[in-house]
Amino acid sequence: MMTIWSWIAEPLSHEFMRRGLAVAVLVGAICAVLSCYLVLKGWSLMGDAVSHAVLPGIVLAYIAGIPLAFGAFVAGLGCALATGYLKQHSRIKEDAVMGIVFSGMFAFGLVLFVKVETDQHLNHILFGNMLGVQWRDVIEAAVIVVPAILIVLAKRKDLLLYCFDPAHARAIGLPVNLLHFGLLTLLALTIVASLKAVGIILVIAMLIAPGAIGFLLTKSFERMLAIAAAAAIGSSVVGTILSYHIDAATGPTIVVVQAGVFLLALFQSKRPKQRVQLGISGE
Amino acid sequence: MTGVRAALAPDSSRDRTSTGSGRVVASIDVDDVTVSYSSGVTAVHSASFRLGASTICALVGVNGSGKSTLFKALMGFLTPSTGTVLIAGLPVHAALKRGLVAYVPQSEDVDWNFPVLVEDVVMMGRYGHMNFLRIPGRADRMAVDAALERVGMTDFRKRQIGELSGGQKKRVFLARALAQGGEIILLDEPFTGVDVQTEAAIIDLLRSMRDDGKLMLVSTHNLGSIVNFCDHVVIFNKTVLAFGPTETTFTQANLAKAFGGVLRHLRLGGADLHDDPDARHLTVLTDDERPLVLYGERDQEKMMKPDSGSPAP
Repeated sequence: MMTIWSWIAEPLSHEFMRRGLAVAVLVGAICAVLSCYLVLKGWSLMGDAVSHAVLPGIVLAYIAGIPLAFGAFVAGLGCALATGYLKQHSRIKEDAVMGIVFSGMFAFGLVLFVKVETDQHLNHILFGNMLGVQWRDVIEAAVIVVPAILIVLAKRKDLLLYCFDPAHARAIGLPVNLLHFGLLTLLALTIVASLKAVGIILVIAMLIAPGAIGFLLTKSFERMLAIAAAAAIGSSVVGTILSYHIDAATGPTIVVVQAGVFLLALFQSKRPKQRVQLGISGE
Repeated sequence: MTGVRAALAPDSSRDRTSTGSGRVVASIDVDDVTVSYSSGVTAVHSASFRLGASTICALVGVNGSGKSTLFKALMGFLTPSTGTVLIAGLPVHAALKRGLVAYVPQSEDVDWNFPVLVEDVVMMGRYGHMNFLRIPGRADRMAVDAALERVGMTDFRKRQIGELSGGQKKRVFLARALAQGGEIILLDEPFTGVDVQTEAAIIDLLRSMRDDGKLMLVSTHNLGSIVNFCDHVVIFNKTVLAFGPTETTFTQANLAKAFGGVLRHLRLGGADLHDDPDARHLTVLTDDERPLVLYGERDQEKMMKPDSGSPAP
């Protein structure tokens, strides 16, 4: 018992670990809640696209001297809007349009990044720097994450109906366009909030795995939300502390732990059926 | 299967599913409507028809004839470039705001793996009646209970929707329309993937809803069952080719206009059919799903109603 306690307590005696843990839990929570909708709507690639597309926004914001988060948000949302517009006005399917838009924007961001002298590390933008965050960064993340979670939880039923049956949502007079762009805006905000901690590549995993875990383990959406949040926050805590002990990068460790939980969920979701089959064959 | 039929029969609890006081009279008024897409394609061209309460109307046409575009115009997804659509005397958006229009989607358009239970789906019909947090009140729960009861799905309310049979899935979405209290119900291909007995049970339910004053517009290419339950037909291909009561409008001549060479057309003359001098012909029109059987002399053929059995020789 004492060893488990000290295993947890020792890393947390360092201030940078406490800051890292705080931001990991915040990012994990909002990513988990959103991932449920992305997985059900079939928008996993959208998370991928928006996160890659923020890169040119960051560099341009740096050049313009405005907050990097603002540039990132505008570029991320711009990618989602451009995808929607191009899909409607061409014969190309959405996944192809999205692939072109986000990889084009990402490449443009890389070109800019190499051309422009910045004090930013590309590695930190791509993969985050969880243990380098300051309390100011934690508060910045919280200012986005807490209202975003409250909005999603308050409107969770409308968002679910929008994902499940947009035609019915519109037929009963729900503001379908507002829900659509609201979800995209929340996605872009989440990626911005996660930038400093896990970076634009690893956030993709955090926007998919928790929802997939919840989807495997339950048939009720409310429980799916709860399981996703528990899995994500649990992975954030375990991953952060584990990374200290094995002296590994924190963000990737969290993602690895999430992937492990996903595998466990996959086995668990197969188990009940096998038990039933065994029960029948045993008679 | 009689058990299911009995379960779908109207019962006294059904009135609870209606919107209560100030109930509107259902109608659809499509007047010279043209709908074009931004690509320049005109999918519906000066279509006009008018339907009133207590009606089941079939919307018949080949795939790509603009049936779904017409549905989208009725649901406000597309705005007609000319002409007007009135629902219960109101512009479409006003009718939608009041929850008057219910939509029963095609089975292929639903993600059956979605983690929602039967009762969750039916409750979605009530969202328009709830506050903005969508917390169900007593009236909402009662409407859901009554709707589930009426379609005979009460025992399945805790099932995930993917665990249901084809007919049960349809009944869940009909229950949602009932719980919503929609007076105008649009059904998109309700009989695809449903066996004949289940189809009969669903038709019974639609008939009982007609008795309640509902107006149902059924998009279908299932010609054989139309005479069985639709009192009106709109024969459609880009525009309204024919519209009116089934007996006078649902004729071989009108169908030929809509389907052209698309249908399989078998015609057996009197001499091939039997040895007496009876001059009547047997005609079978089919798109290889449910055939339409016509029997009689040329130009005055009668439709065979599957219910009434074969006509006297």
